[in-house]
Amino acid sequence: MSLDKATVAKVANLARIRVEEEKLDPLAAELNAILGWVEQLGEVDTENVKPMTSVAEMQLRWRQDEITDGGYQEQVVANAPSKDEGFFAVPKVIE
Amino acid sequence: MGMIIQGATGDWEVVIGLEVHAQVTSNAKLFSGSATEYGAEQNTQVSFVDAAMPGMLPVINEMAVRQAVRTGLGLKAQINKFSVFDRKNYFYADLPQGYQISQYLQPIVGEGTLTIDLKDGETKEIGITRLHLEQDAGKSIHDQHPSMTLVDLNRSGVALMEIVSEPDIRSPEEAAAYVKKLRSILRYLGTCDGNMEEGSMRADVNVSVRRPGDEFGTRCEMKNINSVRFIQQAIIFEANRQVDILEAGGEIDQETRLYDSVKGETRSMRSKEEAHDYRYFPDPDLLPLEFDDAFVEEIKADLPELPDEKKDRFVGDLGITPYDAGVLVAEKEVADYFEAVAKGRDAKISANWVIGELFGNLNRTGKSLAESPVSADELGKLVDLIKDGTISNRIAKEVFEEMFDSGKAAADIVKEKGLEQVSDTGAIEQAIDDVMAANMDKVEEYRGGKDKLLGFFMGQVMKATGGKANPGVVNKILKPKLDG
Repeated sequence: MSLDKATVAKVANLARIRVEEEKLDPLAAELNAILGWVEQLGEVDTENVKPMTSVAEMQLRWRQDEITDGGYQEQVVANAPSKDEGFFAVPKVIE
Repeated sequence: MGMIIQGATGDWEVVIGLEVHAQVTSNAKLFSGSATEYGAEQNTQVSFVDAAMPGMLPVINEMAVRQAVRTGLGLKAQINKFSVFDRKNYFYADLPQGYQISQYLQPIVGEGTLTIDLKDGETKEIGITRLHLEQDAGKSIHDQHPSMTLVDLNRSGVALMEIVSEPDIRSPEEAAAYVKKLRSILRYLGTCDGNMEEGSMRADVNVSVRRPGDEFGTRCEMKNINSVRFIQQAIIFEANRQVDILEAGGEIDQETRLYDSVKGETRSMRSKEEAHDYRYFPDPDLLPLEFDDAFVEEIKADLPELPDEKKDRFVGDLGITPYDAGVLVAEKEVADYFEAVAKGRDAKISANWVIGELFGNLNRTGKSLAESPVSADELGKLVDLIKDGTISNRIAKEVFEEMFDSGKAAADIVKEKGLEQVSDTGAIEQAIDDVMAANMDKVEEYRGGKDKLLGFFMGQVMKATGGKANPGVVNKILKPKLDG
């Protein structure tokens, strides 16, 4: 697998990361190097090996269906750059 | 019956698949302990998990898992004891995480089936592809501020079941029947309240057209439609739009379209297409969801009788017509009411009273069944009064209206108004004699061969007795007297 410049630009856009035009080529090279290392893992024979889902032998923790949280509107919107009557206020999004 | 669009170049068949998002009935959210109740003040049912504050971790709500399994069992579907939560990545103001936790390649429920009820008591099986658990997003409000969009995260993180159908649906009517049946099953199971107005159930509708019997055509998806009527309108508009393009020699672009219920049209949302490169990957904050057979069996043991089974029982054991049975089982509350009326009584008569008089009066007054002034017990007692001959069927309808308007018991109304049916042959004989004496000309005509006048005499006698005479008794005495 190899990333070209256009793909790097697209991925950056999807992740909302601004990358200057002249940085795209070097970034593509760096990412390709990383992908190369990851692809080395493909050389290991993993036939009959179950995918590892956790480093520790753990089970997913479940919670009871009880209301134990919420009720602090002020704290929820405290860090918002802009708010209005307990709502987050963002630039108008119209489809 | 499939929908066929007759184009200039021949027939087109419409192919439809639905993705229904159903809000799970639970106290707390899918991965946090904040409340799910509808209509609370903005951002008061939001935990730091739902607001995606740094360092917060999701912990799954057991009830959401139970409800998904319960729904899967209700849809006769495969239950996956091992499933995985993935991140579906996109940016939107009401999605604070920047991703939705959903299930992609390994959902909790696999293939199942849903039987839809069509006209004339016909049924059709629609395949269910899968059901998976996911988080709902927050709510954006665009019309309360002149320059800003306001965001309320109360809904953010509420558990949804996305239920995906196979492209087995062939007409707007079948789509409507599918949504109604799914809603009915969810409500019987108690896994979703099915309230489309509050957004507890909404559908993404996939539509394509093809020549009958051909391969599937390219589809377009219309998102977030929240009424059965709009779903049907959107399908009709979209299918015709596609036929027009194809007949003009064009091609359909696979895309997401918005259904505008005010204008009754769909339009492209192409601006969002690139954003729909979701880059799913397993959520590193969550281990796979696993449970054992005992967990599934425990839920299975607790399943209620579902609408299809109930309908079969009403038809098979109680002798109700398939159509009436379908009407009675659609809502569990109606079925329960009917069964309470019919208990120990004639089921067909009971069904007629519930579907005819009760529904008629509820409609007339705009009341729901829960608000009915006549309880099942009282309606049952009215049926008893007909059955034992105390009142005639015709009088019973008057009594029912009075019960409905005043909330009084049937027996009290009958007693107060002296509506008891007269079966006393002496009194009836007297009334017949009076009617005959007053209409000797007609009696002669009858005896001269005009049989049809029997109805006239019957009517006159009923009128003379204020409708209270037992029609069976009148009939028995009247004919021999007329015949002389």
